Order: sequence, then structure tokens, then C-alpha cells
Amino acid sequence: MIRPHFRVVIVNLSTRKTHVENIPGRETWIGGSGLAALLFEKYGDPAAPWTDPAQPLIFAIGTLTGYFPLMSKTICSFLSPYHGQYTESHAGGRSALALRFADMDALVVIGRAERPCVLSVGHKHMEIKDAPFLWGKDVFTTGKMVRNMLPGSGMRSILRIGPAGETGCSYACINVDTYRHFGRMGSGAVMGAKNLKAIAIQGDASFPLPEGNKDYPKVFKEIYELLTETSMMSKYHDLGTAGNVAALNELKSLPWRNLQATTDPGIDGISGERFAKDMLLRNTACAGCPVGCIHIGYLREKFMADNRYLYRQVAYDYEPIFSLGSMLGMTDGFAVLGLMDAVEREGLDCMSGGVALAWATEALEKGHITLEETLTPLKFGEAAGYKAAIGHLGRGTNEFYRRLAQGTMKAARHYNGEDYACVLGQEMAGYATGETFFVSESLSFRHSHLDSSAYSADQKPQDKDAPKIVAGFVKDEASRIVLTSMAGCLFARGVYSTERMQQALSSLGYDDVAANLDNAGATIQRLRWRLRMRSGYAPMQAKIPKRYTEISTWKGPIDAEYMETLRQTYAARLMELGREEEAAGNV
Amino acid sequence: MKTFFAARMERCIGCQSCSLACARLVHKRLSWYTAGIRIGSSGGISTGFEARVCLACDPPPCAAACPTGSLTPRKSDGGVKQDRTLCIRCGKCVKACPIGAIVQDELDNPYMCLHCGRCVPYCPHDCLELAEKGQANFVQEVAE
Repeated sequence: MIRPHFRVVIVNLSTRKTHVENIPGRETWIGGSGLAALLFEKYGDPAAPWTDPAQPLIFAIGTLTGYFPLMSKTICSFLSPYHGQYTESHAGGRSALALRFADMDALVVIGRAERPCVLSVGHKHMEIKDAPFLWGKDVFTTGKMVRNMLPGSGMRSILRIGPAGETGCSYACINVDTYRHFGRMGSGAVMGAKNLKAIAIQGDASFPLPEGNKDYPKVFKEIYELLTETSMMSKYHDLGTAGNVAALNELKSLPWRNLQATTDPGIDGISGERFAKDMLLRNTACAGCPVGCIHIGYLREKFMADNRYLYRQVAYDYEPIFSLGSMLGMTDGFAVLGLMDAVEREGLDCMSGGVALAWATEALEKGHITLEETLTPLKFGEAAGYKAAIGHLGRGTNEFYRRLAQGTMKAARHYNGEDYACVLGQEMAGYATGETFFVSESLSFRHSHLDSSAYSADQKPQDKDAPKIVAGFVKDEASRIVLTSMAGCLFARGVYSTERMQQALSSLGYDDVAANLDNAGATIQRLRWRLRMRSGYAPMQAKIPKRYTEISTWKGPIDAEYMETLRQTYAARLMELGREEEAAGNV
Repeated sequence: MKTFFAARMERCIGCQSCSLACARLVHKRLSWYTAGIRIGSSGGISTGFEARVCLACDPPPCAAACPTGSLTPRKSDGGVKQDRTLCIRCGKCVKACPIGAIVQDELDNPYMCLHCGRCVPYCPHDCLELAEKGQANFVQEVAE
């Protein structure tokens, strides 16, 4: 082990000073999600607004990060600009290993810089550089300029925001190393509010390995072989997550045209198979992960007469294909890549951005808004209008786009289009699989498709037993929390069983963490919910829009009555999980 | 003698499993830096990856620059052997390497590729090869 306690670096942008804190409790909080929650409780104020400069932006890694493959995620936690409440967003790239080799279990950024700046941190340096010249620059330009401004090529991670983060869009993302993102819930706007355009983390430390220990190489080898020499991970590097696009369309579970349909014959143009055959340029990987699930598509664009072309490389996955493809009625994969590229440049979350524009398209069709609002024609299947609208959304061109940038439901309330706003806590993820998923995403901690396995559960026959399903949500969440505290990629959940995580921890000398894993999952789960409730979450009031009762999946029409029972049962359980008096007995 | 080649870097996905394996297995360190092979982008991640690794100069200028005999030329085919007990951490090998393939840690210990090939099995895309000089990179596997 490097050390038993957590080493946390706190950077104050207001004073331009840094200090290091040694924080005990690894056996209880593990790292990642758990450490992030612990640090938010220490540095954050759930009662103050997210814009308060004192609010922390936290990046935490796990106990196994760097030591084992696929322990390659960073957990970012903050008060969300989307709903003002405590949340998390996860990303990979090089961020996790860069933090490990910068010798930090977590980086906490507090305060607000006087003017736009970039933060550069490493294991033996910290520098805040004024960078007003970067303000307004898109994500890619910013990344390139920061590369040249700061040292450490090959051993660093560059986190940056685009215009959406600067304008306070509630679903602005933080781009990580070009192709990964802290995508959801608006972490990009938190950076923007802090006048922080980019963070470069330089991983330049090196640590001794456990001496005379034969377990570590043995456990490492076993895990590495499972990941690379068995078929356990093959779907992730073969077609990648995009392989689900056609499967869900077949199951009548792929949202099309603002969820006016759940299947469409136009699927062939945007299936994972189509992307692999016509558009896949290469794969890339997060540092420390030999799987290489990142699929980079190739887009060639004629920009001038006389055969003047440029090319773009765009990372694609299931979610952006849904949100900027089927949800917008797009059936040409190349055009979808073009929209993904536009969203990347603005620094928007692709899911929220696409779903917001799908709502705007239907609102325009229905006459709830006009061209005066949208500034550009929005029509399902037509990329040019969407490309222009993505620019307006990122930059907040007029009142309409500024409203839409605060969340689709907020705009829908203003323009009377709530019934068809595809919002499940936040703009929906691409799974129109049924009641279980709709309730799970509406209420769960991150409002993410990754909070539980609800979308897989929907794809199999199941009893309509609300208490049983809810017990499953809660148990599933606690077990995922152990992995996100470690902080491993959820794609590796088949490999990293509790037993294997315990072996890995013990091989590094963390027997106490290994012995307490199950308890830790439940303890972290309760702390996260308490922080969420303290910052204003009222799960009983979370409604599921009418559109979700109007669709059919492979199981037939949605059972609205059962969905409501499930919603109320889950909401009641969450109130219990987040209760303060329960906390007193457990921590 | 067999020599290490980063022969097919156009296939690299940037996972850095090779660097981590070298540090872990050869140098007994947890690092992606204190390793004989280090992976960086060619100018941003959209540009693909390059390996910074010993090219097996023959004769090796790092060994010529080494004042203590810690680095000596291998028997044949270029590259060096290292006897860490003789190293005085002067850094002359780092300066002598024309391609920046040797790095020093914060205690000034130098790290370079010793052509052992222990990183090779950790590359998921078969970018790396241990082969006789002149033999690497000739075998191009054909995808199914």
C-alpha cells in the first residue's frame, strides 16, 4: 500500500493556495464514491447554492487505482447545477491514473478564481495560471492550447470545459482527455462558476511495490487474464456499447423522435454494426485498461468546392447514438457523428443535449414554441438545424436556449410542454425498456442508467412485485457503490466480484478494507442519500411525465398503475435510506 | 540477441499496460513513468500513440557516457545491460540518449529498456515484439 489513510489535496482558487490533508477512514469509505461523499460532508454546504464559491468540486479515486487493471475511473462529486443537490459523475481517460501518480486520493477544488484560469497539479507542483484568452474557446481548442501551456505529455490528464460550462448550462460536461467525460448533472458549469477552464493533472510520482509479497503479482495476473484472455469483456471492444442499438430497437425499447416510437425501420443506418463497418476508425482506451472500449468514428466533411475536405475523429457509444441519433430521428450514422462532434465542442452532455433538442422539435411541431425561439428550423432527421441549435444551446444565444439549458422540464413548464418532456430525474438515458427503468432513473441517486440494472431487468419477464423490485434497486445500488468506490469501471463488474476485490485489497495490505466491503457499501449508500436529502431532494415529488405512459415496449403498453405503485414504493424507501436518525446509529 | 521493438504502434490504444507492466515486473515500481517503455500521444490523443523506448543503438551512447560501468553494451545487437549497484545516479546516460528513452525518478535513478520483453504479453493489440534484429515488424497478422 502507499499509505493507510487518504491523502487529499485541497486547492483554493480564491487564495491561490493549496494544502494537503491526511484523512483516516479508508476501511469505511474505500475511496471513489465513498471518499467523495465524505469530503463533500466535510467541505460542502448542502444548504448553500451550488454557485457559492466555497462549494467543493471533488475528484476521487480508489484504493486499487493504478495497482489493478480497469480500476481506471475517477468520481467527481458536487452540488449539481441541474437540481442544486448533491450528485456524482464518473469518468475515465487518464484521469484516475494521473491522480494516483500525482499522489492524491482526491483533489478538492474550492473557491473562485478572479479571472479565467487553468489549474496544473502534480505530486510536486501546483500552479494556477491566468487564462482569459481561453474563455469562449471550444473543448478541442482548449485541450490543444493547454497541452502546449503545461508540462507532462503522456503522463497527464487534461480536464476542460467548453462554452456550455462557461454559460452555466445545467448539463455542461467536463471533457476528459478528448474522448471521455464527467458527462451528466452539470459538473462543467461548476468549473465555469469557479472561472476554472481546465485542470491538468500530472502523474509524475512512482511508488514501491509491496516487498516480498507473492500475492500481488498472482492476483494481478489472474485478473488481467480474465480481462484479456476470456470472452468476458469482448462485447465492449468488439461493437462496443453501440452493439445494443439494434438490439433495443428490436425489443421496441429504443426511443425514437422524442419517444414518439420505440422502434423504427431506419435502424440500419445507425446500428453498432453499421458504425463498425462504415465509420469505425480505431479504438482507444483509458489508462490502465487493456479492453479499449472507446470507439472512434471517422467523419469526412467537404467544406469547400474543388474537393476541399477535412476529417474529424468522434468517439461514439450507445448513449450518444441514441440521444443524437434515434431520439432526433436521424438514420444516417455519419450525420449523427457530426452532431456528436458539435456537442463535444460546446462541452454539453450529449444525452441531455440531444433529449432537450428532441423536446424542442416536438414543441415546435405542436406550436408550443416557434422559430422565434429556436432561431433555426428543427425537424426530426435533419442534421443542419440541430447542429446550429447545439451551438445556440452551448452559448445561450437567446432566452429560449438559456431556459432549455437549465433543463428540459424547466423549459417545458414555461412553454406548456411537460407531458412530452422525456425527463426521468434528468433528460432520459436511451432505454425505453419499461416501468422498472423509468422508475429507477427517475428516482435513483445519479438519475443514471448505471445506478441499477433496471434496464436489463425490464428486458426479461418479471413479477410486478414493487417491494421486491425496490429491494433489488437498493441492493444493486449498494453493490455498485463498492465498485465505484474502488473506483473501477462498471464494465468490469463481472470480473471484480466481492471476493476478487477482497483478494486484491489484501494483496496490497488493506485487509481492513477487504473485511468491511459489504458494510462499507451500505454505509456509503446512506451517506450519499443523506447528502442528497440535505440538499433538498424530495423523492415523493419526482413525477414521471405522461409520455412514458403512452408507449409500448416488447411487453406491450406501459402499465401506468403499476409504475405509480413502484414509484411510490421506491420513493418511500429512499426517504428511509436518507433519514438522519438512522445515520446516527450507523456512523 | 533478441531485441525489443515497439513494432506496430499504429495499433496502440494508449492503455499503458506495457509501461505499468515494465515498472511492476522489471523495476518493482508502481508507475507509468519509471519504466523502460513509456506511451504518449503524438500530439494529443486524437493523433494516436508513440512509444518512447530504447532503439538498441549499436554501440549505445548511454553506455559510452556512463562513468562507472553501470551500463555496458549487450553482447550483440545494441542496447545495454544495467548493474544498478554501480550506478551513481549522475544522469549522464539520460543526456546521452538521442531520443529521450531514459528517465530518472525523483532520487535520480535511471530507467531504460533492457530488452527483456516482459511487457510484450501485456499488450492487448500485439504492438510489441521481442525478435532478432531485422526480423520484427515483418509478420503482419491478417484479421479474420
